[in-house]
This record gives sequence, C-alpha cells and structure tokens, in this order.
Amino acid sequence: MTTTTKPDFVYVTYIATTPEQVWRALVDTEVTEKYWLDPSADVPAHVNVSDWAPGSRWEHQRVDAARTVDIAGKVVESSPPHRLVVTWSRPTEIEDEAKRSRVTFDIATSGNGLVRLTVTHEDLERDPQMRDGVSNGWPKVLSNLKTLLETGRPLSRRTADS
Amino acid sequence: MDIDKVFKALADPTRRRLLDLLHRDNGQTLVSLCEHLDMTRQAVSQHLQQLEEANLVAVVRRGREKLHYLNPVPLFEIHERWIGKFERNRLGVLRDLKRSLESDDNNDKA
Repeated sequence: MTTTTKPDFVYVTYIATTPEQVWRALVDTEVTEKYWLDPSADVPAHVNVSDWAPGSRWEHQRVDAARTVDIAGKVVESSPPHRLVVTWSRPTEIEDEAKRSRVTFDIATSGNGLVRLTVTHEDLERDPQMRDGVSNGWPKVLSNLKTLLETGRPLSRRTADS
Repeated sequence: MDIDKVFKALADPTRRRLLDLLHRDNGQTLVSLCEHLDMTRQAVSQHLQQLEEANLVAVVRRGREKLHYLNPVPLFEIHERWIGKFERNRLGVLRDLKRSLESDDNNDKA
C-alpha cells in the first residue's frame, strides 16, 4: 500500500472469503450489526448506515431504541468491492475539519483463497481521545469480522456473569 | 493466517521489543527502529520481515520510505480463542491484584 501522509493506524486481516463478501460486510447494515461491537461492551452494539454513494452521509448508529449516532461522516470514495473511503467525526463536529479523521478500507485478493482487508485511519493526531477509542476498537472489529465471514456465525453474546 | 507464525514471531525478545517500540510510536522506519536496538540494520530488517509474515506488522510505503505499523489483529484472534471464552473476569481480577501489588515497589515493571 502507498500513502502520501503518515497514517495513525494501519490494521490488516486476512480472511478466507471473497472481496464481494467483505464489501457487503462493510456496507450492509444487517451484516454490520453481527460484528461491529462497542469497544467497551461485549455485545453487538452498532450498525453502519448509508447509501454509500460518494458525498453521502454515513452514520455509525447504536442499536438502541433511539438509534443514537455515535460517529458520522461523508463517503469520500466508493469503489466496490475494492475501496471505501469515509470521513469520521463525532456527529456534533461533522463540519469541523480540525476534528475530522479519515478511514480507508482496502480489499485485495492475496492468493490461497484469502482476501487482505486493510483499514487505515489517519488525521487523528488532533483528537487524542478519539485516537485512544479507535485504537481499542479496530482490532476487535476486524477480528470479529474475520470470524463472522469464515464461520458464518455471529459473535457469541457473553452471559452477564462472564 | 498461520497461527504458528504468530507464536514463533512472538517467541523472540527482539521481536517483542520491536512491537513495543511500535506500540509507543507507530509507523516508524527501519532506520528509526534501529536507533533503539544494538544490532545490524540487516538483522533488524529480518526480524521485521518475520513480524510482517506473521501479520503482526503492517507496512505502508510513503514515497521512498517504508513505515512499519503494529498490527494487533492476530493477537485479538488469539485472545478470543484462548482467553476470551474462558476466564476473562477472573484473569482480570488477578491482573489488577498483580498490578496493585507491584506498584508498591518503584520498579519499572510492566
């Protein structure tokens, strides 16, 4: 992968699936609910909602009655099934460029029936709180996504005492 | 991903140190990583290569530079398989106890 800026984080996972399945997992709201966990909780807690057209808004919504929006942004680039670029902000700061970061999903076949999914998060240096939250969240989300696509099974919900 | 590669990559103090260095300051070049290690650039490069093959380090090219990033995703897979589903809470209590006991002496233990 090539870049012109210095990303804050680069996360990679290899998944035994197809690029189309990975793409669907990123953009299909029902699929996102099966693996997108709140970093502070162990149950599926978020979905991603958008029509994923360039310029459209996307929202990271909590799966509660109010569908609270925790993260929102704009779709910058959408090239199914290989590349999705979105901006990433708190919903109250979506117009504030100084607080806006950017996430790129690159999906590439890598031989042996594996797909390489790379998540690059950049422009986080001005927001240390978001930086910490993000660094706790991505490895878990990607590990869960891999399990879901390889086993077809959503992540087990933990019982209250475990 | 071959999980044996992850365990082999972790079974070496220099490679664990490289991961610690990237945890502290992510996205470093080979040259900046070498400043912290008393070994040849070639040796460090080989360790990084092994970490990359185990997918514990991800490499991004920026111009002529290669930036190395800590990729903890395989560690989460290990955590989920061997720790998450068993004893998370009890282990958490033990870890907290160990931390509070060890913080009494002024050692710089992690």
